[in-house]
Amino acid sequence: MDNKISPATMKRRKVLKSLLAIPAAMALAGGTFGSLAHASEVNTTGLAVTDDTVKVGILHSVTGTMAISETGSVQAEKLAIEQINAMGGVLGRKIEYIQEDGASDWPTFAEKSKKLLVNDKVAAVFGCWTSASRKAALPVFEQYNGMLFYPTFYEGLEQSPNVIYTGQEATQQILKGIDWAKETKGAKKFFLLGSDYIWPRTSNKIARKHIEKLGLKVVGEEYYPLGHTQFNSVINKIKLKKPDVIFTTVVGGSNVAFYKQLKAAGIDLTKEKPLVLTLSVTEDEILGIGGENVEGLYASMKYFQSLPNDNNKKFEAAFKKMWGEKSVIGDVTQAAYLGPWLWKAAVEKAGSFDVDAIKKTLPGIELTTAPEGYVKVHPNHHLWSKSRIGHAKADGTFDVVYESKELIEPNPFPKGYQ
Amino acid sequence: MFADYTWAELGSIFAMQGFSGLILFAVLLLMALGLAIIFGQMGVINMAHGEFMILGAYITYLTSNLFADFLPSLFDIYFFIAMIFAFIGTFLLGMLVEWSLIRHLYKRPLDTLLATWGLSLILQQLYRTVFGPREVGVSLPDWMMGSYALTDTIEIPINGIIVMVITFVITVGVFLFLQKSRKGKQARAVVQNRAMAGAVGINTAKVDRFTFALGCGIAGIAGATFTMIGSTGPTSGQLYIVDTFLVVVFGGAASLLGTIASAFSIAQAQSIMEFFLSGSMAKVLTLLAVIVILMLRPQGLFSLKVRK
Amino acid sequence: MLQSKFKSLTPRNDVLSFVVLAVLLLVLLPLLFDIFRLNLIGKYLTFAFVAIGLVLSWGLGGILSLGQGIFFGIGGYAMAMFLKLEASTPENTAIQSTPGIPDFMDWNQLTALPWFWEPFHSFGFTLVAIIVLPAIFAYIIGAAMFKRRVGGVYFAIITQAIAAILTILIIGQQGYTGGVNGITDLRTLLGWDIRTDSAKYILYFVNAILLLAVLVAAQYIRKSKLGRLLVAMRDSEDRVRFSGYDVDNYKIFIFCIAGIFSSIGGAMFTLQVGFMSPSLIGIVPSIEMVIFAAVGGNLSIFGAVYGALIVNWAKTILSESYPEVWLFAMGALFIAVVLAFPKGLAGLYETYLQPKVDKLLDKKLKKDKAE
Repeated sequence: MDNKISPATMKRRKVLKSLLAIPAAMALAGGTFGSLAHASEVNTTGLAVTDDTVKVGILHSVTGTMAISETGSVQAEKLAIEQINAMGGVLGRKIEYIQEDGASDWPTFAEKSKKLLVNDKVAAVFGCWTSASRKAALPVFEQYNGMLFYPTFYEGLEQSPNVIYTGQEATQQILKGIDWAKETKGAKKFFLLGSDYIWPRTSNKIARKHIEKLGLKVVGEEYYPLGHTQFNSVINKIKLKKPDVIFTTVVGGSNVAFYKQLKAAGIDLTKEKPLVLTLSVTEDEILGIGGENVEGLYASMKYFQSLPNDNNKKFEAAFKKMWGEKSVIGDVTQAAYLGPWLWKAAVEKAGSFDVDAIKKTLPGIELTTAPEGYVKVHPNHHLWSKSRIGHAKADGTFDVVYESKELIEPNPFPKGYQ
Repeated sequence: MFADYTWAELGSIFAMQGFSGLILFAVLLLMALGLAIIFGQMGVINMAHGEFMILGAYITYLTSNLFADFLPSLFDIYFFIAMIFAFIGTFLLGMLVEWSLIRHLYKRPLDTLLATWGLSLILQQLYRTVFGPREVGVSLPDWMMGSYALTDTIEIPINGIIVMVITFVITVGVFLFLQKSRKGKQARAVVQNRAMAGAVGINTAKVDRFTFALGCGIAGIAGATFTMIGSTGPTSGQLYIVDTFLVVVFGGAASLLGTIASAFSIAQAQSIMEFFLSGSMAKVLTLLAVIVILMLRPQGLFSLKVRK
Repeated sequence: MLQSKFKSLTPRNDVLSFVVLAVLLLVLLPLLFDIFRLNLIGKYLTFAFVAIGLVLSWGLGGILSLGQGIFFGIGGYAMAMFLKLEASTPENTAIQSTPGIPDFMDWNQLTALPWFWEPFHSFGFTLVAIIVLPAIFAYIIGAAMFKRRVGGVYFAIITQAIAAILTILIIGQQGYTGGVNGITDLRTLLGWDIRTDSAKYILYFVNAILLLAVLVAAQYIRKSKLGRLLVAMRDSEDRVRFSGYDVDNYKIFIFCIAGIFSSIGGAMFTLQVGFMSPSLIGIVPSIEMVIFAAVGGNLSIFGAVYGALIVNWAKTILSESYPEVWLFAMGALFIAVVLAFPKGLAGLYETYLQPKVDKLLDKKLKKDKAE
């Protein structure tokens, strides 16, 4: 198994060597290694910072149903930390991480967050994946004034001073996707399908409003319980309604069932009749679904592994070196990778590990060398980022067929879409 | 909702919808068959049934990799060989589990529930350690995916037909086995009166082991079959457990015919409601209906008339 | 054998067990652990309420419910609804399109509080609801099933299915329930901030004392005629029935009691953890609750408390240091409890420790008498 969580030390050394050269460009304005400040100066609130080290937390599910999705994020965060350490760390201090298992259980996320913040005094936490886990942990971060870097694209409707949302909120992911379907593909009728919980419902609400604003039509909206595996009935319904686009937000194991049954029902995705546009299938999910079953699928998100820029090529190479040639990088994995880098940039700009200090410096922090391209933290703690549409190939990767010209402003409380 | 459609369109939709009800019926029945033997006949509450199914799916995955690497020319038919492997693998694990765990617990059915739940946790973690936490993609030969166009508007999923055929064969096989074969008769005798069966010379321990393993083996075949329609991951098995038990209980635990009838009625109810309501509500209503009926008729649809 | 069974019912041992547990919960644990760990222990203890209920219904009555999460959830949600309404003042929710309703309702385009939320503005009503709602719900389930002589395995599977339905419903009706995220960000109870360390201390003690009270109640039930009838029913239902007892009503009653206990646990969970979500109601948590009772020994009310404490403690510790092995350990624990020590910790105690304790006490008693 080459995607084990903890790589052998030998391997790590090799990786480090090869990584040393790569991310030097990731160093940002304010990087001040060499001139070391004393621990008490950069840390006035009793965080776990010594003269040589700083502790951070990684909090994802390693066990339970969500482990499937969260593995990539853990790997990306560890990679970023290794790379930062190889460059000399943050304010001259090596990052040590403490990893905790959320066990796919929301109270456990709250409990472990508290452990990380209160017992371990970590300077920042990279973690959470589902909205439910974030909602459970959020009050803990606000109460103990911790800093959480949250990687997943999500429904929005939240803006906490203690969280940086490195994934896209719903409007960033949805609006351009629908515009694209209308303009490039001439879509008029949409069928909205999702798993039954908050993210699909909120996303579909935004999608419906936008579709109707554009003068187009929603011909159906359906939700199935999480983990549902029988989609034949809804596929028949789709055939009856003849939409131009099936807009899906189905997640987890249900995805596998849905695409296999769609294919078996004679809906060939490559013929685009109807076209299937998803918000929830990344390269990670395709591993489980099988590339041949989703060939021709369109996905609307901010990152694809095949993005042709140099930053991404380096990132992909480093990731594969650390976690094995076969590993894939999905949208969330890339967003998770940004977390430690954004934190490092903010700490170095503030010249301090204090959470209150980096809260002040975070808005406006930019990464010119993120794999997805240039990103910048908005005052609402989300990232400015581009919208992209990928077209799935049989080998499980995407061709990027559309990219918004401008960075899209994050808007977690979109007026007119609620 | 039907105003904008021609009769021909509606006709073909209803035909396809009827067919998807049948597929669901086949799926539920296949899930429940193994359990109908283990729980219905032997009274063992096997909460690890889903994990046995997933083992079958993983064996299919391994076999597909094997064929893709070494025997690509035979890839088109690997699936049936995988099914045999899945049966053998889960059968053997079933024997092991019966020997180490279940045989101590025949007199304590509720305890089998706890012990097999523990077993299911262990198996899940084992899958995670061996195959990784992510779902694996089981690639199938092309001819098995896709659909067969019956008319211009009616398309029949090929994998649905395969599931139905497999289910049919296994059901008939189990039925014949229990009713006609010597081993099957012994198994039923042991279930109905262990002491008497022992007294007339049946090796009850051996029969138990075989029956339990057979149920597990069928679960393995079901798991292999479901790689065509569902996901294969460490925790995928848990998705099936409630549905499976309800099918068996609803049918009347000790009756194979009941299991068939119950799978059929649950499948039809669910797929009709799914068509007219939203998916979540259809599920809730189906489960509720099953529970209400069970409260009115606790012995299930079909029950054996036995003196207690 | 018979004698030893009755011996464990004699008051002396019970008083001793009670005192030991009370000292552990009220003195030792608070002294040994900081507030973070103590708060966790408080959380574990909320599951002990459920486990005690299970000892009564399952151990004594032979009714195994795999849906105790339902009742845990009723209590937890009732408390969470009250706290959420208190947290959703018009000032706090000013940025919403409809201020004054919980945030998740606003996100789901609700513009007014649903009718069934209204009474939860009242703390008195909430407290009553925490006791009465699970009783009603348990009565409906119990009456429907026991009157028709559904029992044993069937009852277990049906209650499990009900737990599954409830989870799907709560997740699906997110505008009214908070959906899969649950009801989060609870802050104050009647103006008292429940998130501070001092509040957590107080809540821990309230929880521990409530637990001890429930324990006494459970012990009382167990020793009453009802308790003995339950055991008799478990062992031979028909004989009890033929002796003229209304077996079904006793079963319903004990199932209601178990439901109420679970509900109290759920309410205390919400208070101490600060949120409630469907992940505590479904099939998996409900089965885990059964294992707490089984590890403690499904005949022992005290065992239930230790079972809940130890299993949860192990879960936390193992998942902190070896996240990958904890499922193995948990699974092995289930199997070991069933195969190796079916009477759980209580059984081990009775076999190995109790004779020594008895000897010691007897000696002392004799000494006292002699003096």
